[in-house]
Amino acid sequence: MIEHRRFGNLLPHLVLLAGVAIVAFPVYLAIIASTHDNSVIANGQMPLYPGTHGLETYWNTIVSGTGKTTRAPVGGMMLNSLIMAIGIAVGKIAISIISAYAIVFFSFPFRMTAFWTIFITLMLPVEVRIFPTYKITSDLHMLDSYSGLILPLIASATATLLFRQFFMTVPKELVEASKMDGAGPIRFFFDTLLPLSVTNIAALFVILFIYGWNQYLWPLLITTRDDMQTIVIGIKKIIDVHDALTEWSVAMATAVLAMLPPVAVVVLMQRLFVKGLIETEK
Amino acid sequence: MANCEWRIELLFSRFIVLLYSLLAIRYSLVKPMANVTLRNVKKAYPNGFEAIKGVDVDVADGQFCVLVGPSGCGKSTLLRMVAGLETITSGEIDIGGRVVNQVEPADRDIAMVFQNYALYPHMSVYNNMAYGLRNRGMPKPEIETRVQEAARILELSAMLERKPGQLSGGQRQRVAMGRAIVRQPKVFLFDEPLSNLDAKLRIAMRVEIRKLQRRLNTTSIYVTHDQLEAMTLADVLVVMNGGQVEQIGNPLEIYKKPATTFVATFIGAPPMNLMPMRYAGLDIPGSTDGVIGFRPEDLELANEGTPDGSLPFELTVTAIEHVGAETYIYAMRPQQGDVTAISAKPGEPPPGEILVRVPGQEAPAIGEKIRALAPREKLHVFVDGGRKRIEL
Amino acid sequence: MENRAIFSGKALAYLLVLPQFAISLIFFYWPALQALWQSFLVQDAFGLSTEFVWFENYVTLLQQPGYYHAIGVTFVFSALVVFFSMALGLLLAVMANQNIRGIQIYRTFLIIPYAVAPAVASVLFIFMFQPGLGMIARALQRWGIDWNPVLNGGHAMVLIVIVGVWNQISYNFLFFLAGLQSIPKSVIEAAAIDGARPMRRFWTITFPLLSPTTFFLIVVNITYAFFNTLGIIDTATGGGPNGATQTLVYKVFLDGKAGSDLGGSAAQSVILMIIVVVLTAFQFRYVEKKVHY
Repeated sequence: MIEHRRFGNLLPHLVLLAGVAIVAFPVYLAIIASTHDNSVIANGQMPLYPGTHGLETYWNTIVSGTGKTTRAPVGGMMLNSLIMAIGIAVGKIAISIISAYAIVFFSFPFRMTAFWTIFITLMLPVEVRIFPTYKITSDLHMLDSYSGLILPLIASATATLLFRQFFMTVPKELVEASKMDGAGPIRFFFDTLLPLSVTNIAALFVILFIYGWNQYLWPLLITTRDDMQTIVIGIKKIIDVHDALTEWSVAMATAVLAMLPPVAVVVLMQRLFVKGLIETEK
Repeated sequence: MANCEWRIELLFSRFIVLLYSLLAIRYSLVKPMANVTLRNVKKAYPNGFEAIKGVDVDVADGQFCVLVGPSGCGKSTLLRMVAGLETITSGEIDIGGRVVNQVEPADRDIAMVFQNYALYPHMSVYNNMAYGLRNRGMPKPEIETRVQEAARILELSAMLERKPGQLSGGQRQRVAMGRAIVRQPKVFLFDEPLSNLDAKLRIAMRVEIRKLQRRLNTTSIYVTHDQLEAMTLADVLVVMNGGQVEQIGNPLEIYKKPATTFVATFIGAPPMNLMPMRYAGLDIPGSTDGVIGFRPEDLELANEGTPDGSLPFELTVTAIEHVGAETYIYAMRPQQGDVTAISAKPGEPPPGEILVRVPGQEAPAIGEKIRALAPREKLHVFVDGGRKRIEL
Repeated sequence: MENRAIFSGKALAYLLVLPQFAISLIFFYWPALQALWQSFLVQDAFGLSTEFVWFENYVTLLQQPGYYHAIGVTFVFSALVVFFSMALGLLLAVMANQNIRGIQIYRTFLIIPYAVAPAVASVLFIFMFQPGLGMIARALQRWGIDWNPVLNGGHAMVLIVIVGVWNQISYNFLFFLAGLQSIPKSVIEAAAIDGARPMRRFWTITFPLLSPTTFFLIVVNITYAFFNTLGIIDTATGGGPNGATQTLVYKVFLDGKAGSDLGGSAAQSVILMIIVVVLTAFQFRYVEKKVHY
């Protein structure tokens, strides 16, 4: 760092470029593959530059099924993913923020019990309680539904913790001034607390949206109908057919579509994303 | 035959002397010359900002040089350039006769005490001091000796196993110094080491630093924004402003004969009174923007008489400050509507206000009219917008 | 939180906490308790009646070679993913911390893998490594390696490790970068003046001071390798060949889908729960330490 290097800062650039290459290559390849005809790919002849079939492939993928594998057009799947992701993000934020609000700004019996109850759910990722949760969801007739996709995943302790931490830094003078101005708890929440929390909410939204969009295990189990599939599950079904029959161009197009929204969100809201990541893990 | 023997003897004795000097240097019996010279050193940033505009400083071996100036004057940047932590755009920095522009900090044989001490938080005090020696491959017993000796000098012997997080500010400062002295470098560099201490501790440490430096006789360069610290510590004082050197010299010389109005008001507290020449009734042929200055402590209160051409001022007292040993009298000249050439900047007294310093506690009342005399030999005259001093 | 200015109004408070509490209860605690309960039961062959057998299911489980095999697979997989994704993340973070231009662009690219779903990442790599048509698979063939993750357990493991590492690089990169930037520059400068060359500075000063971040990331990465990689394994290898890539979580998934041994599957879930509890407790101990720094 301090050293006077004769070649300037060559080494960091080289290493970082190599890193970027490793990171970007698979994605690049997928984009390329989605623009070529499948037969070219299946022969192993796919070049490194884009082909001409892009429009056709994407149209087939999104709008019509191609018929070779009976699955829904990806457009529908993307919609499902979108609903699920936004539902989870909004749901988590909503219930966490009001819980954190109650825990920090109110005093009531069993307050700390409530907190610990919520906190311990951190230790129960869905993979660990998968089948009983499935059974309960089934009993509640929520299979193959949006509520079934969303509800079991939204009681997240991380969001509650983040909000609690943030609320604890709000100066108590603010609350007192608000009370003196005649505001009750609900007005305080909407007029003062919520505006202050906007950055945190936005940062969390980015993280939770990605979390929701990228869910695999849970949607896999509880959706069986074609039209309820999310795009991340859809991909598996596309390549699940033996590889001789796999339509790689379609599969790659689907992959690109599956990556697009979360990557776009992360890249465009980079600063918020990084902030959210680091805040939620403190 | 005799010639031959004499020759051999001469060679032999020369060899002995050479051997002795090498051994002396190797075992630090005689320290090599460690002067620091800066020749027209400049630093400019890529965006064009010139942080250092051409500085020449000469610090002789064993001298204590202080760089003083307001925030942003470039003193820390200059120090860091000597350390090798900042690059030099042009000019030369010379340590012990060797130009070190391209030399890494590790190889310059220097040691630095940082403002926030920069101790290694995960290492004990002992290891903090031993780190630099270990890096140079010194054998363990010698490291032990040096660290114990430094700890003894700095009264840290009881704390060698503690970590920096467990020490007070003053103790950390001493560890930072210990880390520097065990290295026995050619030059000590200090970057405002006392700024983070409370006032009382600062005064105590100031004296200790000076005593230590005298004892070790190591060339030192010290940066501070506190003019009092600068005055009390320096053998050579370098006053800086805006990337340039305003004046270099012995502190008392600078105090007695400041070269510019900046130096005049920066060195010496409370600051010198300045006023445009024409209001003092003086005239300098050939210049219209002359400024005269006189220190608060040089003014005498006398109700009449102007011995030896001293300047009288009729003043009205506006405020009094009793400090115990002395009293500061703030007074205004009665002429209103003075448009002065000295603009009122923050921290400077309003135009027309004069500060008088008298020993003791007796002081006139507020609103009283007094008469202050500025003896002619204690007047300072500056022309060229305050950049040049002339003698009356 | 003694200093909190608070509102009275207990009814409102309960109302606010209710949604999260209810969902936690219904979808978290109730299933977890059910799993716990079921782990103590054994069903008869027809699934008609159940019998309480205390820890018999656990004992049976721990005697199955299949279970130990899964433990071994999980261990190897996690160790490789954790080590490589952290090492690469650290390397990239160190390079990115050097005050070079264009850092924003690099960072933008390097956070992309985080946004990609593990299953989708898996598909990307399957494509590249597909014997016959995948770019890298063909290159391997040309170099004489008979690449076949369908038949070769070792190859299958390599494949999922690569995907896992790719997926986690961003996370480690971001946290290591934040950790590096929190080390005061003056401490590094002091080390430089103390004669330490860059490599020595890194190992004696930077790396020790990064230890809170490192510990934290180890726990998070282990959690990722254990639990979030189900999508990768399911799409890439299906746990095969012959269980070569069947981690503990994947085994729970397969056994549960088969549905034949309710008790055994539940017991597996409970063991995993215990592992999570230990990991989370560990994480919070160290996060606490980090806060006190």
